[in-house]
Amino acid sequence: MRYRLVVLLSLVAWLAAAAAGHAAPTAPSPEVTQALADLLGEDADRREAAVTVLGQARDPKWLQFLGALREGSVYAWTRAGKTELIVGGTKATRGDQDVIDIVGAYDREPLGTVPLADLKEVPADRRLRLAIKPFLDADETKAQLADPDPAVRLGAAVKLGNQAEAAAVATVEAALQKETDRWVRHALTEALGLIRLAHGGREQRVAAARTLGEIHSASAREALGRLAADPGASPAERGAATQAIRRLERWSLLTTTVETVFQGASLASILLLMALGLAIVFGLMGVINMAHGELMALGAYATFVVQNWFRATWPDRFDLYFAVALPVSFLVAAAVGLVLERGVIRFLYGRPLETLLLTWGASLIIQQGLRLWFGAANVDVSSPTWLSGGVPVMVGVTLPYNRVFIIGLATVSVAATYWLLFRTSAGLRIRAVTQNRAMSSCLGVRAGVVDATTFAFGAGLAGLAGCALTQIGNVGPSLGQNYIVDSFMVVVTGGVGKLAGTILAAAGLGGLTKGIEPAFGAVFGKVAILVGVILFLQRRPAGLFATRGRNAEA
Amino acid sequence: MPKREALAVGLAAVVLVVVLPLCNALPADAPFAVSNFTINLFGKFLTYAILALGLDLLWGYAGVLSLGHGVFFGLGAYAMGMHLMLEIGAKSVYQSALPDFMVWNQVTALPLFWKPFHSVVFTLAAIVLVPALFGLAFGYLAFRSRIRGVYFSIITQALALSAWLVFNRNEMNLGGTNGLADFKTVFGFPLNRPGTQRGLYAVTALTLVGAYLLCRWITLTRAGKVLVAIRDSETRVLFSGYSPAAYKLFVFVVSAVLAGLAGALYAPQVGIVTPAKIGVLPSIEMVVWVAAGGRGTLYGAVLGAFGVNWIQSWLTTSYPDLWLLFLGGLFMGAVLFFPDGVVGALGRLRSRALRIVTRRRDRATLDASHLSQATHVASRPPSSDK
Repeated sequence: MRYRLVVLLSLVAWLAAAAAGHAAPTAPSPEVTQALADLLGEDADRREAAVTVLGQARDPKWLQFLGALREGSVYAWTRAGKTELIVGGTKATRGDQDVIDIVGAYDREPLGTVPLADLKEVPADRRLRLAIKPFLDADETKAQLADPDPAVRLGAAVKLGNQAEAAAVATVEAALQKETDRWVRHALTEALGLIRLAHGGREQRVAAARTLGEIHSASAREALGRLAADPGASPAERGAATQAIRRLERWSLLTTTVETVFQGASLASILLLMALGLAIVFGLMGVINMAHGELMALGAYATFVVQNWFRATWPDRFDLYFAVALPVSFLVAAAVGLVLERGVIRFLYGRPLETLLLTWGASLIIQQGLRLWFGAANVDVSSPTWLSGGVPVMVGVTLPYNRVFIIGLATVSVAATYWLLFRTSAGLRIRAVTQNRAMSSCLGVRAGVVDATTFAFGAGLAGLAGCALTQIGNVGPSLGQNYIVDSFMVVVTGGVGKLAGTILAAAGLGGLTKGIEPAFGAVFGKVAILVGVILFLQRRPAGLFATRGRNAEA
Repeated sequence: MPKREALAVGLAAVVLVVVLPLCNALPADAPFAVSNFTINLFGKFLTYAILALGLDLLWGYAGVLSLGHGVFFGLGAYAMGMHLMLEIGAKSVYQSALPDFMVWNQVTALPLFWKPFHSVVFTLAAIVLVPALFGLAFGYLAFRSRIRGVYFSIITQALALSAWLVFNRNEMNLGGTNGLADFKTVFGFPLNRPGTQRGLYAVTALTLVGAYLLCRWITLTRAGKVLVAIRDSETRVLFSGYSPAAYKLFVFVVSAVLAGLAGALYAPQVGIVTPAKIGVLPSIEMVVWVAAGGRGTLYGAVLGAFGVNWIQSWLTTSYPDLWLLFLGGLFMGAVLFFPDGVVGALGRLRSRALRIVTRRRDRATLDASHLSQATHVASRPPSSDK
């Protein structure tokens, strides 16, 4: 980030130099002339003083020069017995000579191309670089605060707050007046508060503590704690700080709650996405598809392949790849599911345990196939820019876009499944076969076709889940294994035949897991969930929503 | 027990318990000598066979498919392993009375639950009782609420996953991912001596024979008949006044104990116990031993455990990439083409051969082909689930 900025700044410098190339040269002041002469010398103290002189000139061109000096591209050039400072540019090789483009130190006037051997580098040792840094930093921060990108402005404001230097007050106040973005304003207010808390008078400190409490500034927690415990502070200051801390603590309780709820919702969506296809197939055919996890992995790898294709053939439309990957991963997984169902599973209807073993075997083969094809290591799927980053909803809580997207995808998938099952004639047939296979067959429903399409649809949902998972986790051959048992638990808890059961179970298990994780830790939380599910099944052996009937087997 | 089976079991018992250790005791260049490596490998297979017997009793007879038997195997193995760890004493790398991994983890005192494992009697009791009690508690909760079929399988799979996660944790003081290893002696006998390995092998073989006889006895009693009835129609058994839950619980506990015994015999022979033996994949692999050998026969389970593991030890050394493909294919093939395993396939081959012979003999007098077709269909075992 830092490095990129420096590069950017020097680029800007070059452009400015080109634009200002033909401005009338002005005679430099005597101090500056002296400083330039000192820089050429050997005396470290005088060189440092020279940097200060140049920096305090507050002239952007001298700041550029200091930047060049820090990067080691300032040279001494002796011409006609007179030595002067110049800035070097692009280097090249001409014949057996290394040559370099040079420009004037201040005005950036192009001075032609000279052999590198004629120049002597003006060294910038650590001490000199440290002397240069504050001038450039102040300049950089100011430039950043005027940046059109709010994220850059936010970063600069946060940095100013962390540094809490008294000198920055004017800069912050000026920026605050112009600022319109809510979050940058917040950061600037926070920075101002932090600076005043550190350097202001008693009155200002009280006011700053109050403000920091009001804006729920989490990064002020430490400074406020110091003030509250400071014996030298006035009672009013200590009181204000203590009150502000109390406010912060109440607020952090709220943010943790919001975060936990959001994480729970996000986990529930993942579980739901995975369990949805599983539950439909289980409800329809009584088949637990052990290969569901591997169908997810197939979806994830399909996303990987689409991504690579975009990167290779259409790099400027890279962000679009995910929109293409979603349907592709659905189709790939659905196709494999269809092959699986027509190829083997249909011979085993009415024998759920055998199907379970069969699909487990299929899962091993798919998994090992992926390993042989793509390698055992995880592959890299990068997020499109519109899924990276997050949306800040309140102070201290930022919801990552990828999680929001998954919640959205789960919602859409559930809605689409509902629509398919309850608003289309295909759904009617699926429900008919689910309720009574023999009767539906007698009435002319082709149960085999219904089975095949439903299985393919369930598999496709798994592919979709796998595609979504690429945005939040690692993509490897054993991707499915990590989630599959959890989604089985959702299906078992939810019961068969009703989508509401699956949704409720996913929400319940997701929320519960995230709710107890802080207390139990991830592993023992999982064990606690298993115990919970077993105890729950004591009350409702067939899950939340069992299909009621007069059949004793149900 | 039918006379022919009794004869076969007796013969196999003599070969496994007496002949193989004797051949192992021969000098290495003798004509029938069995190497130490082979006897060790066989010992491992035999422990698997003991576990497979219990699993077959549970799945092949009672129709309950457990995907979590690795847990019971692990409980037995860890109970034995803990005793063996304590037996090392100060001969360990760090020369501390504590097991090495505790020294790494900066545990200063032996955790309380480790202490009783100093005692041989307690360890032997724990090997049987820990899996039994755990199986009893889990089975009671599961069967009482009539969790059955696929539901039960899924729950046991979740059990395997949870147990695997828990045993991997360092704070359980069970060695974490690395498990328990570097055993030196078993009940005072040094493990690196061939005689000890031979003795362990003989004990394992004896246990297998005993387990076989126990399981066969169970299937021949009335309880065994009820188990098969539960497999074929649990509801009907329930309505006939039996309590399927009690029978299933009984057989679940028996199979858990057998798995625990197998684990306990496994630990000293293989020399290491890790959570990798507990997880989801090893647990379901155990099922495929039974499926491939032929379920509902007992001897099929033993043959399956032997055969599949033999192939595994060959494939994983020669073609490691192929092993999972083969295993997956075995699952699918066992379900699709050999629903009654190798034993059933051989039986069908024999009956087909017999049929051809009979047909030739009777061709002149009557066409009996459709008749034998009918008997063939009837002789196939019914599927284990409704």
